[in-house]
Formats: sequence, C-alpha cells, structure tokens
Amino acid sequence: MNLPDAEALCLDLARLLRPEVTESTAIVGIRTGGAWLAERLHRELALVTPMGALDISFYRDDFDKAGLHHQVKPSQIPFEVNGRHIVVVDDVLYTGRTVRAAMNELFDYGRPGKIELAVLVDRGGRQLPIAAQYVGATLHVPQGKLLRLARDAKDKFFLRLSDAKPAA
Amino acid sequence: MRNPQLNDEGQLQHLLTIEGLPREILTYILDTAASFIGVTEREVKKVPLLRGKSVFNLFFEPSTRTRTTFEIAAKRLSADVINLNIAVSSSTKGETLLDTVDNLSAMYADMFVVRHSSSGAAHLIARHVASHVHVINAGDGRHAHPTQGLLDIYTIRHYKKDFTKLTVAIVGDVLHSRVARSLIHALTTLGTPEVRVVGPKTLMPAGVEQLGVKVFHDMREGLAGCDVVMMLRLQNERMKGPLLPSAQEFFKSYGLTPAKLALAKTDAIVMHPGPMNRGVEIDSSVADGPHSVILPQVTFGIAVRMAVMSILAGN
Repeated sequence: MNLPDAEALCLDLARLLRPEVTESTAIVGIRTGGAWLAERLHRELALVTPMGALDISFYRDDFDKAGLHHQVKPSQIPFEVNGRHIVVVDDVLYTGRTVRAAMNELFDYGRPGKIELAVLVDRGGRQLPIAAQYVGATLHVPQGKLLRLARDAKDKFFLRLSDAKPAA
Repeated sequence: MRNPQLNDEGQLQHLLTIEGLPREILTYILDTAASFIGVTEREVKKVPLLRGKSVFNLFFEPSTRTRTTFEIAAKRLSADVINLNIAVSSSTKGETLLDTVDNLSAMYADMFVVRHSSSGAAHLIARHVASHVHVINAGDGRHAHPTQGLLDIYTIRHYKKDFTKLTVAIVGDVLHSRVARSLIHALTTLGTPEVRVVGPKTLMPAGVEQLGVKVFHDMREGLAGCDVVMMLRLQNERMKGPLLPSAQEFFKSYGLTPAKLALAKTDAIVMHPGPMNRGVEIDSSVADGPHSVILPQVTFGIAVRMAVMSILAGN
C-alpha cells in the first residue's frame, strides 16, 4: 500500500496545533515514535514548557500476557501536571490501549486540566472509546500489520509497514 | 546443566543467585531499575504492574532493611504483600519449609521472597512451586543475596558509569558474607578488571581466588588506587569465636578510617550493605562523610527490587 510522507504529515500536525497551544501547553510523546514526533512538534511550535516523554510499559494492560521484555526507559514529565493543558502525541493511533495507559500514567503525576491527543496516523480499529483531536492522516491498515514511524540516518521521518509479530 | 533460574526461553523465572546469569540479564535489570527511580520521585509512587498479585515475604531469619525494601517495592508495584516472620529451629527444616510453602501456595501466592539461614533454601522452594509462581532469594546462609548484589552494582554504575575501568575492593568478613559473593559474581560478569578482597586470613574463604579476585591481607595495599570500597558487616556474634582477637583489633587492621580511605582514589565511593557497626568495620566520619553512598544504596535497593519483581512477574 502507498504510505503518506511522514515529514509532510508532521508539518500538517504542527499547523493544526499552532492555533490551539498556549505558553502553558505541554506536549508529551509516547515512546518511541511519539516521543520523536513530540520532539519535532515542540521545536516547530517553539513551545516554552519543556516536553515530556512517557514509557507506558508499567501501565500496559497486557502485562500478564506479554511481560516487560524490552528496554524500558524512564518517563520524564519535567513540568507541573496539575491543571495543565497537555497534548499527548503518538505516531499511530490504533486500538487506543496505549493512549489509555498513557493517560493513567499522567494522572499519577497529578490532575491535568485538559488532555488532548495528536497522532500522525489514525489507522482505525479502536477497542476503547478514544479519539484524537489532531490527526495527520486517516489510513485503512489491515489487521495483522504493524504501522510505525521510523527515522533514517539523517533523522528524516518515514512510515514503515511490517507484519505484526503473532501474539505470544 | 540448565540454570534453574531461567525458563525454556532463557528468561528469568526466579532470582536465586547472580552466579551464572548472563550480562544481558544483569544490564536489563539495572536499566529497568533506572526507570523505576523516576516512579519513586513522583507524586503517586505506584504503578499498576502487579495489581492483583500476592507477594509473600518469607523471612526465616531476622531482617529489617531487606524485608522493608521488598515490601515497599511490592507495594509500589500495586501487589498485595503478606509478611511472615518465621522463627526456625534447626530441627524444623526441609519438609516443614515445603509444607509452609504449600500452604501459602494454596492461598494463591504469586511470588515468594525468601530469607533463610540455610544455603539453598530458595532453590529448594523454586524447584517445588508451580510454574506460574516466582521465587526471589533474599539471602540464603552464606551462599547468595542477589538483590543486594544488584543494588550494589546499580550504585556503582550510578556513580562510576563504566565497569571496565574500575578497581573495586571488598573489605572485611568475606568468609561469612553472601553479600560479597553476590557482588563478586556481578562485578566479574560485567567486566570489572580488578576485584579485590581484603581481610584477615581467618575471614577469607578457601579458594576465593577462583572467583577471579585478588586477595589482600594488608588493607593499605588493598585500598591503594581503588574506585570503590565495599565494607562488609562484621557480625558481633562471631567476635567471641576463635576467628578474631577482638573488635578493637579488627578495627585497627581492617576498619575504614579517613587515613586509610585517603589511599584510594580521591573520588572513591564507600559502600556498606548495612547494618553498620560503627567503630568496628567503619569509622563514623567515613560512614557519614562525603565519599559515603551508603544511604543512596538503600534508596536504589527499592527500584532494583521493583525491577526484579516486575521482570519475574512478566516472564
């Protein structure tokens, strides 16, 4: 299938976000793809509040089946969460379970004033009542395929489609 | 022979000893622990990983620090923790131990944290329990204390970053120390070029060189140029035996004083697994001094135990 240009989608997303962000808005990327994207958006939008990054491994709902099994990196939320407008950023929105985990983790840092969701690609297939407010592109990706943001050696974004690993 | 701690996929099923664990698993535990440090600094110091799981702290030997940090670690992972302090007489081992475990398993235990005065007690339990139950050795006799070894290397990595350039001295009662044994295995697995053990001949296990360490009986020589000084606890109950003349004598030869510490590198760190005997193995001015990282060790111990529990529970 033809995949859209991730660099162009990233600029689209920045354009959508620009009128909505204020000085106190914080942007939080979900590792790994979402954190790369958040880094880019943070720079593009010249946000004052330092960006955050979440590793949701400790909040996954499939821990019982899947365990940890990969490198967990520390989450970093370098700002006061209470009352703040937070834009959670991820590369691909699919089942909604990752976003659920990210919101749960954010609430352990405090009570945000408002949480919004920005994604590069919405591929459908939701299993939870979660929707993104800012979407770069909507794509139909067949089940069993894994769509992810990737970076080349020059830090240029591109989308990568692969076969999902069968569930253990 | 298969490592009894690993499952068929080579993943950690139980943590019984550091001996024989591959470097990748040690590094994975340390990296995971680093992520948990962030959790313990937040407003809500809990993550939901072990929600609904029951962790039984089975302590057949007294312990405050280890039991408490295991309890905190399990609670921060949202597990339910049941503490059992079981006094054991020498006649009630073996079958009784396994009966205890069977009874607790019938109460739906998911994890056992075991401290026992007999070497091999945790191994025995690990071989006995059902495949979904995990066992962590929290100290067995003179054999091993793997989470202490892990928190020690976590501490060393935190302050010194790279093991491949370090000289580490482990000082004192090496003979009776499971802490020393676990730390030696961890350090050599991670590629530490020089690990020294320093102590009197009477407190040095026979054949300790085979663990890949250099033996020193003169503390001044042993400390020269060290990056890390790990002081071991001298157990008061052993003072009366024939191994040592007196605590005062021991302090004179092997107590860590500012003068002796000055022989190590200027940025050396001083560690101690606790509980400390001030004035026996360590001078108060060193224990409370700028080189001491003894209290950070305790704090790191919580994150390290969180890492071990969550890795085991997920395997």
